[in-house]
Amino acid sequence: MTDQAVSESTAPESMPLRVRLALYELDGVTLLVLPAVLFVAVLFVYPFIYGFLLSFHPKAGDWLANYRKFFSDPFLYDTIAATLWLAVPATLINVLISIPIALRVRLMRRRRILTTILVIPITLGTVLIAEGLLNYLGPQGWFNRSLMLFGFGGPVRLVHNYTGVMLSLILSGFPFAFLLTLSYITGIDPSLEHAAATLGAKPRARFGHILMPLLAQGLAINLCLSFVQTFSVFPSAVLLGAPAGATRVISIAAYQAAYEQYDSSMASAIAMIMGFCQLIVVALILSARSFFYRGAVGAGKG
Amino acid sequence: MAIAARDFRELRLDAMSRTFGSLNALQGVTLSVRRGEFIALLGPSGCGKSTALNCLAGLLTLSGGSIWLDNTRIDRLKPEERGFGMVFQNYALFPHMSVRKNIGFGLTMQGRPKPELERKVDEALAIVRLGDQSEKLPGQLSGGQQQRVAIARAIVIEPPLVLMDEPLSNLDAKLRLEMRAEIRRIHELIGSATIYVTHDQEEALSLADRIVVMRDGMVRQVGTPEELYSRPAHSDVAEFMGYRNQICSRAAKAGNLMDVSVGGVSLQGTPVEPMADGDAVAAIRPDDLKVSAGGPISATVESAQYHGSDFYCSGRAAEGTELYFRSAQRIEKGDTVALAADPSRVLVYPRVPS
Repeated sequence: MTDQAVSESTAPESMPLRVRLALYELDGVTLLVLPAVLFVAVLFVYPFIYGFLLSFHPKAGDWLANYRKFFSDPFLYDTIAATLWLAVPATLINVLISIPIALRVRLMRRRRILTTILVIPITLGTVLIAEGLLNYLGPQGWFNRSLMLFGFGGPVRLVHNYTGVMLSLILSGFPFAFLLTLSYITGIDPSLEHAAATLGAKPRARFGHILMPLLAQGLAINLCLSFVQTFSVFPSAVLLGAPAGATRVISIAAYQAAYEQYDSSMASAIAMIMGFCQLIVVALILSARSFFYRGAVGAGKG
Repeated sequence: MAIAARDFRELRLDAMSRTFGSLNALQGVTLSVRRGEFIALLGPSGCGKSTALNCLAGLLTLSGGSIWLDNTRIDRLKPEERGFGMVFQNYALFPHMSVRKNIGFGLTMQGRPKPELERKVDEALAIVRLGDQSEKLPGQLSGGQQQRVAIARAIVIEPPLVLMDEPLSNLDAKLRLEMRAEIRRIHELIGSATIYVTHDQEEALSLADRIVVMRDGMVRQVGTPEELYSRPAHSDVAEFMGYRNQICSRAAKAGNLMDVSVGGVSLQGTPVEPMADGDAVAAIRPDDLKVSAGGPISATVESAQYHGSDFYCSGRAAEGTELYFRSAQRIEKGDTVALAADPSRVLVYPRVPS
């Protein structure tokens, strides 16, 4: 408001352009965002628009033929359910488990060691995790051999099905969810909980009345990011799951359309549907945010 | 029914101590507090005063000793079981709750019926004069108003003991004076005992009934503001109470007084405790070292700050002794002044070899 008042009252034509721009906080430093803008335009905006338009130019039929085909073939539209059936539980498990652990870890002195250990699965990537799980949990793996050795019954089928993919999603997704939750929780001033305690709030009440409301915003963001990550699951669904059955996720359908049927228009349509599904879930989570306090989580002046 | 502190006779700290690793943050603090008393814990940062307060609140557990409220031992109780009100240095208001919800939080946790809760919150709002701000969020209030909410929230649960951790340190000078009076007024109104942590001697002197001076986790002196101001028991307490001139010297008995040497000049001072001839520290307030025509000490002025009613000056006497004093007249850097001090205002302490 003051900026505008200044520019209106003292911005005659004689003022140099640089000064007038500076009033709107535009200066040489602003140019530094240009590479990022270009990058986003070339690598995200253009491919997105290209794919969007391509999806309306099917190999055969009218402009909506790809979408009609997807939603009339259960082999295709079931992939949405299969993906959600993996992504939603995995996201919830990762985010919800991260809360109690982060609550404890924030009090630890050697937090850095633990966070380093947890970051390793992120840096290794899903393929290595999948390979490891295949060896460890497979029919001839250590896990089943130990089970049989100690007489707990025959081999348990833990890979090449839903369980395998779920385990991999938790292994690779948890550290990410945890680190986000930890940073949000450590952002809440501990004196707020101390104050609640001196006012007679027991641990459960402190969690419900103080921590959760202040954490809600962060958890919503965490849910969104974790969900988007797990929804686009591909390597672990192929390597650890049953890519033709229970874990035939939507990205597999897109892959097959593009590289097995060489129908890039259909693949684009599937990718668009996939993006739309993610968008709906993210929009749902973010709109739920408005029910909660959104503001600083500090404790006043400090 | 107005807000009034729960009744008790005595809060007793018995050899309270707390260690952090190898650091002794509190060493055997013993103190007894009566209902209605205003106690200031005074000391430099790191002296253990905040640790003591947190131990009282139950936010820190004791490594040794005990705390008693009348005949009940409370040092093993959790903070939520003690029922003390606490005002935090950064106020610690719940940012997602309105002023009314913040103040009512303690009563909600006690499960009080709604009409009673509303009435008590209204009373607390009236006491801190914030009746018209009750629906705002803390972030919409000024620092002074946030401070009042923090106080209202602590007193509305009618605690026998109110703990305050440097509550005024984040306010500007004018507001600090206003809130000081306000805190004393509220203390008298509800009749609780208040334990107030501060590093500001002026705050402690003006607010407290008794001051507890702490240093290195130990209680150095307990006394009324007058006692501490006029007769600090140790030279380090004296330094903290504004005896800025601390001059090391030999001291020799001269009747009831002691002869000490200040800036190469012999001066008479009053021993604070019976002492023999030997190494001593002479402590003099800048206010008591006066510029006077026939004064024995001659000093060269090094700086003079204008303080409205007078000048706060520093100067150097013979032997390189730095002296702080006040002058009613304007003096300039480089002037030579003659200084004198009344023997009763020169306190002599035995020097403890460190």
